[in-house]
Amino acid sequence: MPENVTVTSDFAAAPISLWRRAVNSLATGAAAGAVFLVLLPLAAVFGYLVYRGIGSINWDFLTKIPKPPGEAGGGMANAIAGSVYILLIASTFGVPLGIGAGIYLSEYGRGTRLGNLIRFTADVLNGVPSIIVGIVAYGLVVLSQGHFSALAGGVALAIMMVPTITRTTEEMLLLVPQIVREAAYGLGVSRWRTTLSITLRTATSGVITGVMLAFARVAGETAPLLFTAFGNQYWNWKLEQPTAALSLQIFTYAISPFDEWHRQAWAGALILIVLIVASVGAVRLVTSRGMLKGAN
Amino acid sequence: MANRALGAPRLTGPQPLPKEAVAGEANAKAEVLIHAGDSRHADAAFYYVILACGLSVLALVGLIVYQLITKSSLSWHAFGWKFFFLSDWDPVNDHYGALPFVYGTIVSSILALLIAVPLAVGVAVFITEMSPRWLRGPLAFTTELLAAIPSVIYGLWAIFVLVPLLRQYLQPWLAKYLGWTGLFEGPPFGIGMLAAGIILAIMVIPIISSITREVMTAVPQQQREAVLALGATRWEMIRTGVLRNARAGIMGGIILGLGRALGETMAVTMVIGNRPEIAKSLFAPGYTMASVIANEFSEATGDLYLSALVEVGLALFLVTIIVNIVAQLLVWTVTRGTPARGNA
Repeated sequence: MPENVTVTSDFAAAPISLWRRAVNSLATGAAAGAVFLVLLPLAAVFGYLVYRGIGSINWDFLTKIPKPPGEAGGGMANAIAGSVYILLIASTFGVPLGIGAGIYLSEYGRGTRLGNLIRFTADVLNGVPSIIVGIVAYGLVVLSQGHFSALAGGVALAIMMVPTITRTTEEMLLLVPQIVREAAYGLGVSRWRTTLSITLRTATSGVITGVMLAFARVAGETAPLLFTAFGNQYWNWKLEQPTAALSLQIFTYAISPFDEWHRQAWAGALILIVLIVASVGAVRLVTSRGMLKGAN
Repeated sequence: MANRALGAPRLTGPQPLPKEAVAGEANAKAEVLIHAGDSRHADAAFYYVILACGLSVLALVGLIVYQLITKSSLSWHAFGWKFFFLSDWDPVNDHYGALPFVYGTIVSSILALLIAVPLAVGVAVFITEMSPRWLRGPLAFTTELLAAIPSVIYGLWAIFVLVPLLRQYLQPWLAKYLGWTGLFEGPPFGIGMLAAGIILAIMVIPIISSITREVMTAVPQQQREAVLALGATRWEMIRTGVLRNARAGIMGGIILGLGRALGETMAVTMVIGNRPEIAKSLFAPGYTMASVIANEFSEATGDLYLSALVEVGLALFLVTIIVNIVAQLLVWTVTRGTPARGNA
């Protein structure tokens, strides 16, 4: 490249001057310092979560519902269950849609104009702020039902899961060698059977990875649930009723003026982060093995 | 083949054998094949289901745009472009201007980038070019872990750890030595624009640094070797051989980080102070577009109030979309093998 030739010709002098050596060491030090400064908040966040959270996690916290403000005791059982419930609703919509769209991109839409458009749109959807998704789910579900609901929260999270699952499914299916598909066709297996029982099957662990990543991504989402699932101080298993979620509960408790609630917010946050890090770690374990290396 | 007509590529699956081929005793095996190949209807049905899934991605974005536009039309008709230049947000008198939120969003995001970019690029440089090989994986994983922490947990941590630190140590220090700039004036609440900028910076660092790492890795190894062969020190090699070639991609990563910062909601809402004011000092409380939606949407009573909030959302949506598209294009120019300035 011409530009590099001109720049690098400055280095022609053979012995490396003290100044250049000093600059080199300085830059190395600065980069190492940056690493330290970035790891510092990470350690501080995890350290505080464990330090403040672990003392407040007890049997009551995991099995009881919240007490009125000011009273000691109570727990987040309904919020933990609510988060799982909303995630389940989200995945019934989001997972099949995402996997289907991923199959389209890799098996039918490769190189076509529509395929490129869908891939691009999925990336755009990935960048939409989560609060906007909340507004859309509010308009779609809450307004038509007339009240906040678990369903609305599930729809909001489903919209957020789709692009992640679509893109990872596509990438995983593309890793399956073409020969495998051709072998199936050669045996007379129809195209849809090949796609489902051979191609998708081969890439199963990769596709699951994508689903887990999507879970990890939306599990801690709060903004899209604020005016969809809304939160609830009691148990709720009805689709059309407001439902508590761990992230919402953490938010409410964190900005409240009560020490007892602050304590519980830390405990809830610790549980949430353990769930998320465990799923990300599991993904990391799967992706570092063999065929899925191309995933990251 | 119905599929090919529908734009399906190369592979069309097995075709049914012509009936005549199975003459006489030409065995059961062929019979099976004919039967298996005769799955055109199932294939077509499957194709349409999958196509519908693919189209649903387009539909979702269409739905978002449709919802935002229809639900904000009331406010749009009431205020027009003025909406973004008026600075009074007054639900009581039903008068809305979004300028304080636009200002807060832009200032907090820029502040975040000012802090995050040098750190994120430094981390990426260290991981790809300087760190011992065995440390690379763990370092990359740990920095990515920062991205896995939910916004609400950052907010919680910021309220109880970061804000008190700012109030007691950083803000008095800044006021003493840099107060003359006017940027660090007023009472040190802890909560305010500065806290929002710092927490946003922590949140966008992993994005910027992982994209930067990606584009730096895409720079060919020969490039590094060539510069080293000319007698460059390691830093000179990184600066002229790597960073220079990767800069379009790094810019893309920075803009992607900007997109995330603009739309980030919870952590900012918890520490920015939520007051619709435009103040020069970074110590003062502010408000962002995402925060005002988060705080007021479920309590917005009037139609115009709700519509104004949705219009704020629409503006936020359009800005983040444009920012993200620009970022994608920049990253592609590097990772697709075309050198930064297209001089291949």
